[in-house]
Amino acid sequence: MVTNQLVLADYNLLRWIPLIPLLAVVCNLFWGRALGKKFAGALACAAVGASFALALYVFWQLPSNGIFRDSIYTWIDSGSFRVNLSFQVDALTAVMLLIVTGIGFLIHIYSLGYMEHDEGMVRFFIYLNLFIFFMLTLVMGDNLLILFVGWEGVGLCSYLLIGFWYHDSNNAIAGNKAFIVNRIGDFGFILGIFLLVTELGRQGIWTLDFLELQKHASMLSPASIGVITLLLFVGATGKSAQLPLFVWLPDAMAGPTPVSALIHAATMVTAGVYMTARLHFLFVLAPSTLSLIAWIGAATAFFAATIALTQNDIKKVLAYSTVSQLGYMFIAVGVGAFSAAIFHLFTHAFFKACLFLGSGSVIHALDGQQDMRKMGGLKAHMPQTYWTYVVATLAIAGAPLTAGFFSKDLILWQAFSHGATALWGIGLITAGMTAFYMFRQLFMVFHGECRANDHAKAHLHESPAVMTLPLMILAFGSIFTGWLGAPEYLWGNRWDLWLRPVFGAAEAHEGSVGTEVIVTLLTLAVVAVGIYFAYAKYGRAGTEVEQRAGAGGLLYRLSLNKYYVDEIYDHVFVRPFTAISDFFARFIDPWVIDGTVNGVAAVTRGSSQVWRGLQTGNVQHYAAGLLVGTLALLAYYSGQS
Amino acid sequence: MLPVNYYLILSAVVFAIGVVGVLIRRNLIVVLMSIELMLNAVNLTFIAFSRYLGSMVGQVAVFFVMAVAAAEAVIGLAIIISVYRQRRSLDPQDMQLLKW
Amino acid sequence: MFGLAIGHLSILLAIPVLGAGLLLFTPRRQTPTLFALALFASGLDFLWSMKILQLFDGKSGDMQLVERVAWMPAFGIQYIVGIDGISVFLVLLTTLLMPIAILASWSVQDKVKEYLIFMLLLETGMLGAFVALDLFLFYVFWEVMLVPMYFLIGVWGGTRRIYAALKFVIYTMAGSLLMLVAIIYLATRYAQTEQALTFDLLKLYGLHLPVDQQGWLFLAFALSFAIKVPLFPFHTWLPDAHVEAPTAGSVILAGVLLKLGTYGFLRFAMPLFPDAALAAGPIIVALAVIGIIYGAVVAMMQSDIKKLVAYSSVSHLGFVMLGLFALNLQGVQGGLYQMLNHGLSTGALFLLVGMIYDRRHTRLIDEFGGLWKQLPVFSVMLMVVTFSSIGLPGLNGFVGEFLILLGSFNVRPLWTAAAATGVILGAIYMLWMFRRVIFGPLTNAANEKLADLNSREICLLAPILFLIVLMGVYPQPFLQRMQPAVELTLKRMATITATPVTTDHGTRRESKRDGR
Repeated sequence: MVTNQLVLADYNLLRWIPLIPLLAVVCNLFWGRALGKKFAGALACAAVGASFALALYVFWQLPSNGIFRDSIYTWIDSGSFRVNLSFQVDALTAVMLLIVTGIGFLIHIYSLGYMEHDEGMVRFFIYLNLFIFFMLTLVMGDNLLILFVGWEGVGLCSYLLIGFWYHDSNNAIAGNKAFIVNRIGDFGFILGIFLLVTELGRQGIWTLDFLELQKHASMLSPASIGVITLLLFVGATGKSAQLPLFVWLPDAMAGPTPVSALIHAATMVTAGVYMTARLHFLFVLAPSTLSLIAWIGAATAFFAATIALTQNDIKKVLAYSTVSQLGYMFIAVGVGAFSAAIFHLFTHAFFKACLFLGSGSVIHALDGQQDMRKMGGLKAHMPQTYWTYVVATLAIAGAPLTAGFFSKDLILWQAFSHGATALWGIGLITAGMTAFYMFRQLFMVFHGECRANDHAKAHLHESPAVMTLPLMILAFGSIFTGWLGAPEYLWGNRWDLWLRPVFGAAEAHEGSVGTEVIVTLLTLAVVAVGIYFAYAKYGRAGTEVEQRAGAGGLLYRLSLNKYYVDEIYDHVFVRPFTAISDFFARFIDPWVIDGTVNGVAAVTRGSSQVWRGLQTGNVQHYAAGLLVGTLALLAYYSGQS
Repeated sequence: MLPVNYYLILSAVVFAIGVVGVLIRRNLIVVLMSIELMLNAVNLTFIAFSRYLGSMVGQVAVFFVMAVAAAEAVIGLAIIISVYRQRRSLDPQDMQLLKW
Repeated sequence: MFGLAIGHLSILLAIPVLGAGLLLFTPRRQTPTLFALALFASGLDFLWSMKILQLFDGKSGDMQLVERVAWMPAFGIQYIVGIDGISVFLVLLTTLLMPIAILASWSVQDKVKEYLIFMLLLETGMLGAFVALDLFLFYVFWEVMLVPMYFLIGVWGGTRRIYAALKFVIYTMAGSLLMLVAIIYLATRYAQTEQALTFDLLKLYGLHLPVDQQGWLFLAFALSFAIKVPLFPFHTWLPDAHVEAPTAGSVILAGVLLKLGTYGFLRFAMPLFPDAALAAGPIIVALAVIGIIYGAVVAMMQSDIKKLVAYSSVSHLGFVMLGLFALNLQGVQGGLYQMLNHGLSTGALFLLVGMIYDRRHTRLIDEFGGLWKQLPVFSVMLMVVTFSSIGLPGLNGFVGEFLILLGSFNVRPLWTAAAATGVILGAIYMLWMFRRVIFGPLTNAANEKLADLNSREICLLAPILFLIVLMGVYPQPFLQRMQPAVELTLKRMATITATPVTTDHGTRRESKRDGR
């Protein structure tokens, strides 16, 4: 399964791809305020733009089976354990690079408009650039530890950006939640790393280098690989918001919308998928882990989609949709279709970024309003936003010949052809629900009557070009990026060809073209049904839109309240934990442990109390004592002699 | 020449008076004088033995003791004066700062 | 070896004492002169320690710059000082933190002269304990340290300062007396075979005692060091001392004094009694892991920031102990590295807390909130330090924690997994504190007029922040110099280290310098 890959070391250009955004961070950190908002923003955009240009250049240079490496210095060296700070770019990384820098660039430009009136704009761009730096470190690291650096770094930036508007405690709380839930995942991740290092170390191989790991993966025992991959996947569930650690992502929408687009839709949350794809050589050796991944992915996809059906916050719908789509990616990973997972990651980045930015444009126009019940009829006021939104909605719903159609279809087909019919069935139903909730959103926001208050209505405006232009580019991508991965019966899968050197022949397409077409048609039918229901219920939504949503049913309430997962976690984990901590802090530490220490002191003091009566402080008493002592000694010695 | 015993007994009596004075008197100056008395009792013993044994060592010791006693009286009286200035009392029973 | 020329380390020890002597003859009203003098002395000492670092040969694990002078020949007591890769960075940490602590003491107005004299004497005491290679000399420095610290807490401390100072001194002294007994026993044991008393550490390393005696002696040493570390459950003096101590006292206490405990384990308790250390390993590791979790859990519930940081020290030092008792290169090196990290990040935390305390005269978390708006520079610095303490990769804390857990995982996977939950808990309590202090609306009117950090405060934090980033991004210069000494220490214990971690070293160390 090890393929022939051309390794080109000392490709020193690579380091500049992450370094340029970092330099912009440093520059804006020290001189940002002096430079002014406009210039700082422009600098940040230019830095990411430069990275994007470099990434394109590298991509251009890179043969499909090539690996460029750039080793900078030894980071940690302790005995036999050694980790370099070094970067690599292969076909997989190149794709991720383009997503991160390309979409990152667009979102930076969009933010110029979106954050224009925010007093913290310089700070925003510092965070955003820092995020790009860490994300690039994550995808370019040539070993697991550098990946982990990026992994934690993007978590930091996510934390900072979610809590960007720190005046509101809720935002900061959401940021904390994101970081801490991610840390729980990272706990698994880092244990996985330790186990991997230790197990390979027992064979005399001390490395975290991906190429070396790939070479030596077969030396590991199946049992240990199972545990290692499982632990690593725990990390992925945290970062990529899968069951049971998905709870942070919907809350993360507290951040500014460009952040939701960049970090919580297009790039960072896909890091878990990237990581499993990067370590595919380990995961394929652990079939039980893979099937667990597939099932968790499917469960998450389904579960999140059911929640998205009823949400009224425009960004929450998109957030749950993201969770659901990530679930699709993990279904693909779980059936071993890594390139399909990355393909969906790629197309999803476009249409989800487009959707988020579109929703940002709406929120911007409505002066911060996020409740879809207070929207409606925006089509006439914001045509550019509307049309790009339509395109992206079609793409995510899986309308024919859009990007989402190809990528989701590929995943469903992979699941079906690998014989995982149950997974396929769940995916199919989820696809229908996806179509429903996305069109529900489209109708509620853009169609029907405008339910915004008069003040907001008066201010309705299309966003400036600096915001709509990225939207158009992303909408364009939402259609045409999918064409790279067309099925064999159309014009063939270029995507798979490109990634094949990385993933090897791990995925084989089985099943006939006929079945494939039938499966596709079936998906399309389900999607159409979903769209139809959305249209029937919300197509002409009027003022009393929430009453139309089959109000009051148990399932409806469960979904609306997100199955009370947050409350359950709160009661099962958070509160008992706090109570125990409180018990330790208020009772055990001051009374039991310190009590013992002070108890010893008290006993000493108590016994002294008895003896201190002898100390009258009167000199003459002491002198009398001396006399008695002297006489006693005299008597003793004269008695002896 | 009187036997040495007489000197020793006198010395012991003087010493005992000094001891009792140190222990029971309520005036620091008297206490200090009692200490001097004890020292002089010791001096007397030294001299008696010096004479009895025909050795000069005892007399040398007496000079030492006298020098020490003089120094002691100087310092002791100085302390007593400053204590008195502070507390307007010379009763050792009033000076119990060392008590617990 | 024995000459009139005074060695480098002796000068290092002498500079603060001379500075204190000069202060003694400076009029107490001239506060600026006093500060300038103290700062000059400690700064000079820092520069001198840099020279020592320059003279230090990082490729050798042996004791360097050794000076030997007979002190009390009748008892075999010598003045022996020397430095190796284990102590060199701790010495540097001490000399670096001391001028910073003095500079941070600007707000001290009462009895400035005595304060500064005690600070300088404390510096000599700590440095002496790090470089002493004679057990008796070590013990002297170890106890000498307590005195200035006692006064620093007891005179310039908070409301319950007397209680805290007394507890600190009595608790630590109670432990160290047993160590003195053990030291004397060791010397007499040596005399039984060699016919001469000696307290020379390097000679005593060669003493192979039977296991049962090792056990008792180890216990005596370990108790003394465990209190200093502090290892759970001997930690309760720490929160009291920290809360009551003045800012500079807390910085030194957390930054340097606690390291003496772990340093003592690594330098004395473990190599002197290897068999006992191995046998006690599981117990100490268990206590360390309990300490990690317990410290974090208790820290979470504190309402006083200083107390929170104090309990976080218990947690962090638990990591150090876990690493040391992994008894392999990664663990010990990581533990040593973590000592430096903790000194820097916790030192900086205390400095920051002190700065906010100077402004508001409270340390209660509830009194703050939304400080970012008013104090952006302070907030950014606190953020960096917070994340350093959490162990974010790219900052110093991660390197140490990673190596510790890696080394320890090799030996005790399950305990290590339990310890790794400390990584989660650390994030919880630190971020919770950070959020409540820095984020949210600025509700408390008393906070509305606060001034941001002035240039003096920025200057004294800047070197620490610089090191926090540097040690996270480029740890090699540090790790490299530690490695030979750690290897040597492990080799001294080698009779017992049957761990799978090999410590191969050789030609490739030359090649790794060329990283561009």
